[in-house]
Amino acid sequence: MGDYILLAISAILVNNILLIQYLGNCPFLGTSKKMDTAVGMAMAVVFVLTMAGIVTWILETVFLKPLGLEYIRTIVFILVIAALVQFVELFLKKSIPALYAGLGIFLPLITTNCAVMGVCLINIKEEYNFLEMLVSSLAYPAGFGLALILFAGIRERIIIGRVPTAMQDTAIGLVTAGFMSLSFLGFKGMI
Amino acid sequence: MSETSLVQEFTKGLWEEIPPFRLVLGLCPTLAVTKSVETGIGMGLALTFVLVCSNILVSALRKIIPSKVRIACFIVIIATFVVVVELSMQAFAYPLFLKLGIFIPLIVVNCIVLGRAEAFASKNGVGASIADGLGMGLGFTISLSVLGSIREIFGAGMWYGKEVFGASFQPFTFMVEAPGAFVCLGLLLAIMNLAGKK
Repeated sequence: MGDYILLAISAILVNNILLIQYLGNCPFLGTSKKMDTAVGMAMAVVFVLTMAGIVTWILETVFLKPLGLEYIRTIVFILVIAALVQFVELFLKKSIPALYAGLGIFLPLITTNCAVMGVCLINIKEEYNFLEMLVSSLAYPAGFGLALILFAGIRERIIIGRVPTAMQDTAIGLVTAGFMSLSFLGFKGMI
Repeated sequence: MSETSLVQEFTKGLWEEIPPFRLVLGLCPTLAVTKSVETGIGMGLALTFVLVCSNILVSALRKIIPSKVRIACFIVIIATFVVVVELSMQAFAYPLFLKLGIFIPLIVVNCIVLGRAEAFASKNGVGASIADGLGMGLGFTISLSVLGSIREIFGAGMWYGKEVFGASFQPFTFMVEAPGAFVCLGLLLAIMNLAGKK
């Protein structure tokens, strides 16, 4: 049990997917200007990533590995993720319209979010068993959401401040992310 | 298509729209693989190959692919070439393959490749698409090697594996750690903005 808690803490804080592993940075900068969009994106990622992690892990252990087809993993995974996103979109539209409206345009964007594909690949690379995979597929997107929402909060404040013209928008965003990353680096001593 | 516009398509990727500075796309590999020049250039060249090949195929098939399923088709085309790169790097450049790790398969979700397929190759001829892919790819390679050089020189006191400063140099490890990547890219972006304003 302790191992799983350790794995979760490591995935959320120590190896934070956005700030330490550098995955999913395009939506990180793109959707963090407003708190609403940041929360929407974070929820969509948690939702899709957990499902994608489970499905790709099962596919890998049941089909690709026994059949020796690991070399087409990239194609299979991206197709699974794209199909899954479409499926989730249709399902939510039909059965939970409120959530669908909340997630809005962020769902289709997730197909090209490297955090999703990245965590699926990390699960395979680290040779996690089913439970470990479940913990990592839940904890990584939780870390994504945490970093994204914190960052959106900071960015909303930055807009009020006076930023030199050359530094505006993305440049100051990146520098801010750098300092956030520095503070997350401080968790390294925890484990 | 005349020759001057081909040159234009090529050179716009090198300065006017150089990724990832002008087009803020494909940030993840930019940040992750620029700990040294070598990995930066390797990533840049791998991406250039995928970009040129997928641009050729997308623009050749642009009249056949139905527009409703175009994104799925583009993704399949890109994924195919990513697998080609992945397997050939495993065969011919294994140490580099190990260093780049999961970022090679992740080219498939790199927004630059899909972005160019959607914004350029699906609307233009094969010749122009090759020029566009080459320009964008080389622009990306240049950006990565500049960023990689800065981080390697300051963070490790080396450039392409060779010592730059004397033995008394204290490496500024902040630069090769995760935060250094963000700050360095942010500052470079600000300098580009200053230079571009005139």
